[in-house]
Amino acid sequence: MSVRVLFFASLRESTGCEALTLPLQADDVGIDELLQLLSSQLDVSALPALTAESVRVAVNQELMTGPFRINDGDEVAFLPPVTGG
Amino acid sequence: MRSRVSIQFEDFDVAAEYQALTVRCAGGVGAIVSFVGLVRDRHDSAEVETLYLEHYPGMTERSVEKIVTDAGERWPLDDVVVVHRVGALAAAEQIVFVQVASRHRDGAFAAAEFIMDYLKTDAVFWKREDRSSDTRWVESTGTDRQRRSNWERQGD
Repeated sequence: MSVRVLFFASLRESTGCEALTLPLQADDVGIDELLQLLSSQLDVSALPALTAESVRVAVNQELMTGPFRINDGDEVAFLPPVTGG
Repeated sequence: MRSRVSIQFEDFDVAAEYQALTVRCAGGVGAIVSFVGLVRDRHDSAEVETLYLEHYPGMTERSVEKIVTDAGERWPLDDVVVVHRVGALAAAEQIVFVQVASRHRDGAFAAAEFIMDYLKTDAVFWKREDRSSDTRWVESTGTDRQRRSNWERQGD
């Protein structure tokens, strides 16, 4: 089991990573467990940026607004505040 | 309502978009409003600057389509086109195109403004200013959020 994790814009630069695949021990993983798993893959200095209040998380390209769970095969994206137009 | 959303690296041709619309909408449409956003030269310095636009393929298209759908639910629109460019853009290049056709001008003006305001706050794009000395990710402004919340209040 695994999940695909994507980082966009400033978060791609601060993590030094565009995308990675994380192996999962079990389905139904919360954000805290995901961050725990990420901490073994990324530089520790990059982690605070991911948990900033302004950062949104999308699972399978849907913005999450409340608590959520992550399952095998999901695509999880960390999105800084958008600035289009 | 017909609509088309295009996220693309290539430039767009405003005259061709307008021409195509007049052919599609011959007769029923009484008002066409179009807006073009350009890359502003932000600084007086002589430094080379480009604006780099990043997006999330798939999610970005859907985020723009949702804005267009929401506009179509608020005003009686016949045809909406949104083209948003991504990649590296130089000063004075075209970034974004919004074209709204409606029976009357009120809806066309309002919907074009609504779509632009929501593109600023809800569409999944990120802008970075690249200068010879540094690069900086653009931050969302309070003005943009204020304009969006004005629409929310009017919709209540």
